[in-house]
Amino acid sequence: MTTPEARLVCRNVWKLFGADAAAFLAQHNGRPEAAAIARAGLVGAVRRVDLDVHEGEIFVIMGLSGSGKSTLVRLMSRLIEPSGGDVLFKGENLLKLSQSRMIEIRRHQMGMVFQHFALLPHLTVLDNVAFPLDIQGMNRPAREARAREMIDLVGLNGKESAFPRQLSGGQQQRVGIARSLAVEPEIWFLDEPFSALDPLIRREMQDEFMRLQTKLHKTIVFITHDFDEAIRLADRIAIMKDGEIVQAGTPEEIVLTPATSYVAEFTKNVARAKVIRTRSLMVPADSGSVEGPVVSARSTIADAAPLFLDGVAHLGVTDDAGELIGRLDRETVVALMLQG
Amino acid sequence: MAMSGAPLLKSDAAPAPPPSFRLPIAWVAAGAVFVLFWLYAKPVWPAAFEYPKTHVVKLAKWISAAMKWLIDEASFGLFSFTDFTRFVSAVLDVPYTLAASLLSTGFLEGSGSSAIQIVPPLPCVAVIGLVMLLGHWLGGISLALLAGGCFLFLAVFGQWTSAMITLASILVAAPLGVVFGLLFGIAAWRWRWVERVIAPVLDLMQTIPVFAYLVPVLFLFGFGPTAAVIATLIFATPPMTRIAILALRAVPSEIIDLGNMVGCTDRQMTWRVMVPAARESLMVGMNQVIMLSLNMVIIASMIGAGGLGFDVLAALRRLDFGAGLEAGFAIVALAIAMDRLSQAAAEKLSAPAAGNQTSGLVARHPHLAAALGLVLITVVLGYAVPAIHTYPEALQLSTGTFWSEVVAWININYFDALEAIKNTMLLNVLIPFKRFLGDLPWLGVTAFLGFAGYRLGGWRLALLTVCLPLFIAVTGQWEKAMITVYLCGISAAIAALIGVPIGILSATRDRIWSGVQVAIDTLQTLPSFVYLMPAVMLFRVGDFTAMIAVVAFAVAPAIRYTALGIRKVDPRLIEAGRAMGCTEWQILTRIRLKLALPEILLGLNQTIMFALSMLVITALVGTRDLGQEVYIALTKADTGRGLVAGLSIAAIAIVADRLISAGASHTRRRLGLE
Ligand SMILES: Nc1ncnc2c1ncn2[C@@H]1O[C@H](COP(=O)(O)OP(=O)(O)OP(=O)(O)O)[C@@H](O)[C@H]1O
Ligand SMILES: [Mg+2]
Repeated sequence: MTTPEARLVCRNVWKLFGADAAAFLAQHNGRPEAAAIARAGLVGAVRRVDLDVHEGEIFVIMGLSGSGKSTLVRLMSRLIEPSGGDVLFKGENLLKLSQSRMIEIRRHQMGMVFQHFALLPHLTVLDNVAFPLDIQGMNRPAREARAREMIDLVGLNGKESAFPRQLSGGQQQRVGIARSLAVEPEIWFLDEPFSALDPLIRREMQDEFMRLQTKLHKTIVFITHDFDEAIRLADRIAIMKDGEIVQAGTPEEIVLTPATSYVAEFTKNVARAKVIRTRSLMVPADSGSVEGPVVSARSTIADAAPLFLDGVAHLGVTDDAGELIGRLDRETVVALMLQG
Repeated sequence: MAMSGAPLLKSDAAPAPPPSFRLPIAWVAAGAVFVLFWLYAKPVWPAAFEYPKTHVVKLAKWISAAMKWLIDEASFGLFSFTDFTRFVSAVLDVPYTLAASLLSTGFLEGSGSSAIQIVPPLPCVAVIGLVMLLGHWLGGISLALLAGGCFLFLAVFGQWTSAMITLASILVAAPLGVVFGLLFGIAAWRWRWVERVIAPVLDLMQTIPVFAYLVPVLFLFGFGPTAAVIATLIFATPPMTRIAILALRAVPSEIIDLGNMVGCTDRQMTWRVMVPAARESLMVGMNQVIMLSLNMVIIASMIGAGGLGFDVLAALRRLDFGAGLEAGFAIVALAIAMDRLSQAAAEKLSAPAAGNQTSGLVARHPHLAAALGLVLITVVLGYAVPAIHTYPEALQLSTGTFWSEVVAWININYFDALEAIKNTMLLNVLIPFKRFLGDLPWLGVTAFLGFAGYRLGGWRLALLTVCLPLFIAVTGQWEKAMITVYLCGISAAIAALIGVPIGILSATRDRIWSGVQVAIDTLQTLPSFVYLMPAVMLFRVGDFTAMIAVVAFAVAPAIRYTALGIRKVDPRLIEAGRAMGCTEWQILTRIRLKLALPEILLGLNQTIMFALSMLVITALVGTRDLGQEVYIALTKADTGRGLVAGLSIAAIAIVADRLISAGASHTRRRLGLE
């Protein structure tokens, strides 16, 4: 596997709320202890975060309420100035950019979806979706055409002239998604996009989101406090606690080898089969060497298992391009399922 | 000062008795010291009782001198200060003249009495029709009828010309007030330092009585409608600023993040994101500005605003009750129409416009088209049929004589009864209380206020409650201030005595409450001038009349806050009370009133503020307090005197406000509501 290109990199990023946070950080050589922060009366919302988000992946940041997720994602888009550290976007240090360059980047390369939708109440669905384009100065016919395309994409046709307050929560968030995609962002931030929705709608929106991603292949930073949502959607997960990232890795790594007891607490009740992907259990095989049904290397074991019901002894495993790369044996799957 | 209750208890917990016991002892001791000082210190230390005249700081003179310098000599290099004020007047004169010509005077050639009308004003039928169309567009047929009815009332009772002059002033002042307030609000929201500068100014402007604004405006801008518009602007801008700041602050942070994420520039952020997102609250501000403008335009008749306010004022001076009452009714009609229209406008404009697909200019804007048509037709017809142009005098009703007769009749038949009421109150309550307050040593009062400030809010509040009374004493206003306190105190007390029980009675009965609410809402939209007329009619001039007017004006907040406080009490607590077997009376006294106490205190606070602001207006009926001082300053255009007296009233208001607010939050903490 080649290492994919890092789109967004955080290096030793800190955010302390309170007076003179930057000076305090400098005093402590940029790495104060939690106790020192508390003594100084500051809030350590984000502490020594190092992470990189790769091109085309869904990077999920998971943590309980108050763990600093929103703050971190706002640091990544420089909506908040960090107290210390660097944020690199495509190799450019965001923190060193002028305001006009920052506006330029936000206008054309970043999109964000908000927990409470953040729709402008005085604009119709169409105008809300076209709003970022309008801000860029695009003329009306062009931006409306583009907005209609996006509304189609999220399945809201017919609602163009409705106002936000006339829509359900799920529909409102679809508008939010359409709006954030209208500018064709290169990086897409979603801050708990589905947390304000009912469980059923949430499930539906997650599916919708996955459908969009298979189409669009965006680089995504997705925030959630729901561990199930995280393992469902993530290529990689970073788990936050009290402003720190306690573990980062693929869902499988996290479930199989939790770094701390805190992480283990989350993974305890997760069915292994729902996390582990066929790629991790397969035996490498050359193309053409396996007959019968095939599954994608990205599918989870739980998704693949029903195919064994027909009585086959093994499945072919294919990569994204459809090439056969391995073989999944019935016994391995049964053994895993029996572990729970 | 934001100490939380817990550490405070911990630090001095051990030997001290619980705070609820400690408190009265300290208060009683301070009270005793004060009484002893009052009773026995006079021979020893007379200066503590009467502020020595030789030490009075002549602040008023200094201010007047400074103003004179400003007008005569001050210059900004290229132009002098007078040039500046002239420029402002000239700029404001343009829209005012336009509005007044259109609505009332017509377009004139020449000036003064030799002026010739070249184009007549809008026909009265047209104006009524326009108002109805506006009402229909904003709120449907019922609003159209209400607004049209109010304006028709103006025509039928012969108040048209005056009312249109008043309306013209509002049409100029209110939009400008909204715009300036919004701009200040935006500036304060965007730049912290602007807010730091503006906030104390806003606080002060809220407590300075309206008359006090008039004096410097009169001095700088002269006598006339433009000066009145300026005074109205100065009066109506601060509340809009305040509302704008609050509204912008209340915009969810996510919306701001959104604005940044789509790459808004600062200007786009303000005008494309913040202002539209806040527009619901901003519209509420617009309604308030219109109503405040109306109130002020009426009062500004004293510096030449003309219109209905002038009619009331003139009638008061002539003691012509009929005419005054008629003009008063016209003000009420205008106030109701403007209030309902602007409320409907706020609702309509803050709700998103429904998508309108029909094509064609006329079809898309039926109201606008109808309005244009109406104006064209009535103007043309107006030349042929004079009745369309001006409401025919023959059909006008005048209730003036009727009301004068009613008053005469009341005075003939009930004179003795009314006099008896008045005299009993005067002799037994008003005068003794006035003497009592006049007797008190200023130094002792100041010290006691300082003590109260310290107990309720710490040394900072104490500093305030000492310095402000000192200001009053040092500028030589103590005596008049005490008369103000006496009138305001008695009126507020009576207003509370009437208002609180009404609030209690109506709070728990939904049907009554909705009626009461409509009544107090309407009372509060009426300009304060209106309250004077009936009181003067029955009791003529004097302190008692002033008191009646103030009580009528100040009773609304007492009712409102009491009822709201009681209605806010958690129903589960009431249920718990019932479950424990409380009688209704116990539920009322032990639960409802107790928990509503902080709210009731705030209502009392508002009552006092209302009373103070009304008190100044009652100077017209011959009180002898600070309000009279401002009024005299106004007639003499003596800026220093007016401002110092105005600031003293503000000082009283601020001390009362801060002490009561501190008391309320103290109680709230004690009840565990905070
Ligand atoms: N502007 C601020 N000033 C002071 N403290 C703040 C500020 N914003 C956030 N915090 C603190 O920083 C910490 C992290 O907040 P953050 O909003 O990032 O949490 P979160 O993980 O997004 O939580 P949630 O799931 O509730 O959204 C919290 O303790 C919060 O109180
Ligand atoms: Mg959050």
